[in-house]
Amino acid sequence: MADEKNTGFGTRGLVRREPLLNERSIAGRHGYSLPPAFGDVAAAENSIPQQLRRQQPPALPELDEPTVVRHFTRLSTWNHGVDSGMYPLGSCTMKYNPRLNELMARLSGFTHLHPYAPESMSQGALELMWELEQALCEITGLKRFTLQPAAGAQGELCGMKMVRAYHTACGNPRQKVIIPDTAHGTNPASAHLAGYRVVEVKSGPAGYLQVEAIKPLLDEQVAAIMLTNPNTLGVFEREVGEIARLMHQAGALVYCDGANLNSLMGIARPGDMGVDVLQVNLHKTFSTPHGGGGPGSGPVGVSEKLVPFLPVPVVEKDASGRFFFDYRRPQSIGRMKAFYGNFAIMVRAYSYIRELGGEGLRRATELAVLNANYLRARLSKFLKPAVETPSLHEAVFSDEVFEGLGIATLDVAKRLLDYGFHPPTVYFPLVVHGALMIEPTETESKETLDEFISAMEKILDEARRQPDLLHGAPHHTHVGRLDEVAAAREPKLHW
Amino acid sequence: MRYFPHTPDQIRQMLSDIGVASVEQLFSTIPSEMRLGRSLKLPAGMSESELSRHLRQLSAKNQAGADGMLSFIGAGLTHHFVPAAVDQLLLRGEFFTAYTPYQPEASQGTLQAIFEYQSMMAELTGCEVVNASMYDGASAAAEALLMAGRVGKKRNRVLLAGAVHPETVQVCRTYLTDSGLDLEEIPFGGDGLIDLGRLESRLDDKTAAILVQQPNFFGCLENLPRLAELAHGKGALMVVSVLEPVSLGLMEAPARLGADIVTAEGGGLAGAPNFGGPGLGIFGCRAQHVWQMPGRLVGQTVDKNGQRGFVLTLAAREQHIRRARATSNICTNEGLVALAATIHLALLGKTGFCELARTNAANARATLELLEKKGRARRAFPQTAFFNEFVLRVGKDAKERLEKAASHGVLAGVWLGRFFEQLSDCLLISVTELHDRRSAERLAEALEV
Repeated sequence: MADEKNTGFGTRGLVRREPLLNERSIAGRHGYSLPPAFGDVAAAENSIPQQLRRQQPPALPELDEPTVVRHFTRLSTWNHGVDSGMYPLGSCTMKYNPRLNELMARLSGFTHLHPYAPESMSQGALELMWELEQALCEITGLKRFTLQPAAGAQGELCGMKMVRAYHTACGNPRQKVIIPDTAHGTNPASAHLAGYRVVEVKSGPAGYLQVEAIKPLLDEQVAAIMLTNPNTLGVFEREVGEIARLMHQAGALVYCDGANLNSLMGIARPGDMGVDVLQVNLHKTFSTPHGGGGPGSGPVGVSEKLVPFLPVPVVEKDASGRFFFDYRRPQSIGRMKAFYGNFAIMVRAYSYIRELGGEGLRRATELAVLNANYLRARLSKFLKPAVETPSLHEAVFSDEVFEGLGIATLDVAKRLLDYGFHPPTVYFPLVVHGALMIEPTETESKETLDEFISAMEKILDEARRQPDLLHGAPHHTHVGRLDEVAAAREPKLHW
Repeated sequence: MRYFPHTPDQIRQMLSDIGVASVEQLFSTIPSEMRLGRSLKLPAGMSESELSRHLRQLSAKNQAGADGMLSFIGAGLTHHFVPAAVDQLLLRGEFFTAYTPYQPEASQGTLQAIFEYQSMMAELTGCEVVNASMYDGASAAAEALLMAGRVGKKRNRVLLAGAVHPETVQVCRTYLTDSGLDLEEIPFGGDGLIDLGRLESRLDDKTAAILVQQPNFFGCLENLPRLAELAHGKGALMVVSVLEPVSLGLMEAPARLGADIVTAEGGGLAGAPNFGGPGLGIFGCRAQHVWQMPGRLVGQTVDKNGQRGFVLTLAAREQHIRRARATSNICTNEGLVALAATIHLALLGKTGFCELARTNAANARATLELLEKKGRARRAFPQTAFFNEFVLRVGKDAKERLEKAASHGVLAGVWLGRFFEQLSDCLLISVTELHDRRSAERLAEALEV
């Protein structure tokens, strides 16, 4: 450890302390050039009633453009992105974000288009949305999609609201939604926001839901089951067909969280498994960048019986080939957000789908599953897989091997940072003790996977020989391990 | 395929290490009756150059977004100029290809930038706490009403007062369905503002909140101090929705005029309209209500060596911890858009942001003057103060005039008959720093006023 400290890691080049913007501010500086006003500025200002007018200018920092550019460039170097290295965050599908798609999303015919511009002059955008919907329908086997939700969780809420609207139209909104214990936290939160009580069901010992566990929970108050397929253990829900049949028999619906669609493209379709509602995360499966936490896009697909409840508007095409927004949908749940959704993200996803085509999408899935299984096979030699059942696009391990050494999953994760890898998702799914959930995606090479495996192997060796090295990790990042407890105890949320 | 690094030899090697004979075998847990068993019916893949041509063609079909088109459309999403440095910095791969900053030691760039975003937005809105962002202005307003319901536990009604953006109203309706909160709309009066008498008569001790838009959908300025007095008099919260963030350079911060929650659409500070998305939902409130707040928060802390750093904090409100009992289901937000707005505000700074606001207000007045000069058109709410957007009464053929203007390369605003039957002779016109005397003259000519 002493050796590492002296090598100068983390002290050279751009990796240095960068003050906050306000600490760099010097009165009288500015980084803008505005055109002159063509009206009378003083008169305009005086026309605002005194009591509504700003009494003093907001205390924003005063900076020149080079300082601002340097500030954010430096900050960027303290971030790990997919561009920096492998980012195997389970359930997040951190695949490469193709550069062409960034360029295409910046074409001014897309960016400068206002949502209230005449439809006749926005036909390219409408066509893109219509084609994207068609492609998503084909990939998932569902009847129609709304592209409106801004992210996966908003898609879930949108989907659950459609479930509720459907049941209400049938005469009883029902009260409960069944959710497996492996589900993402957004699932119960979304079901609750849609007015439902959550009933948790345990996934079986083999890591998938069993029909027998669901049967006793089924009654006329169950509105839907909300499952993820493959689930968060990466395991395919093989009984989904029978589960869907039972649900439908009871008048209930099947919601599928599409976060893990990257393992199914061209292989199997949720719509063919009896799924009625599915949200797709364009920022996962369809390569649009995560942006450090968004913007995402969470289109929702539905089976025939839920089509009337889609949010307004939907894109339609008339007999002459003209595209238009249809607002006349009396049974619609309404709107999830203003306008039509995160259009700039749709452009990137559409671009991705058109570049790969059907064969390419299938290949992406195959290689994603190959990579995950390769990692699983090699890591299983020294880590304990969460379940014996084969998995698809991700591999989940428990902390069994290192817990006894006094090493926590978090220590392993932080030490991975020192080896230049972003850690996997940790402590999720909740059903796995000290879980490490690894999703490499198809865009990682075998060499990178081998380096990751070797890093994990070295870390386990360190866990045995020098546990303090892990407890104190990371050592080579811009900051050391951060005190999250202190942050919550005395919140400092602005400068 | 240029994204897939695998060679056939490597694939063979990997399959052999896994212990299976083929890639196909990796999918053996999917029952055969659920397999697709055919190729996806999608257009064949394209080379990078073919794809580029295809998307350029689609983009060119959007005549409304073409260079040379002159637009006065605002209505909740105003097109402001965004300096080149903003997008250049967004293209740093370390920013745009990162995920939510779950591992703070590898995400200090994103985290410090969000902390700076929260700080500057707190300054603009006057709020003690601003979160890391919501999806857009409309959904932020809806979440604010849900939050007001949690703060005022025994209250079960919210009032949407006056000229709130019709799509905000729709989003609030959708979000509040089955929430236990009833939503009631208070109409606007002949002056384009909230009907104060009606509002007062509907406010009672069951009212959790009133939602007010400032400037309102017609660009008019509501009397926030008076509205706060009315709401607080009945123990209700006042939620203020700002859809034109530039107005905050000239207008007092809403929280300083009594707003308990401020939501805003910040997309106009971050980039061009992008056909309506992504937006940026700004969300701020009082420190005393922070535990009822939706969304992520970044806080300052120290690392083990005492060095300053930033982390996600107060996460016990959120879905990944509290699941069904979370304050919201939001997870992914609009991080990169928040970063863009942060960079833009840093460039504008204290003087630039105010100058931008003043320029908008001045240009709007000068444009209105020009439009009214010949006496053929008149502002619909002439006595009411406005910021940079106004309603112009042009006549029964308002819609036709708008279409005709578009054919001459001028997008002259939004036809209000689309939302309010009684205003079908009116256009909603937004003027910004991007307009000058010549563009105002072109607008007047195109509308024949």
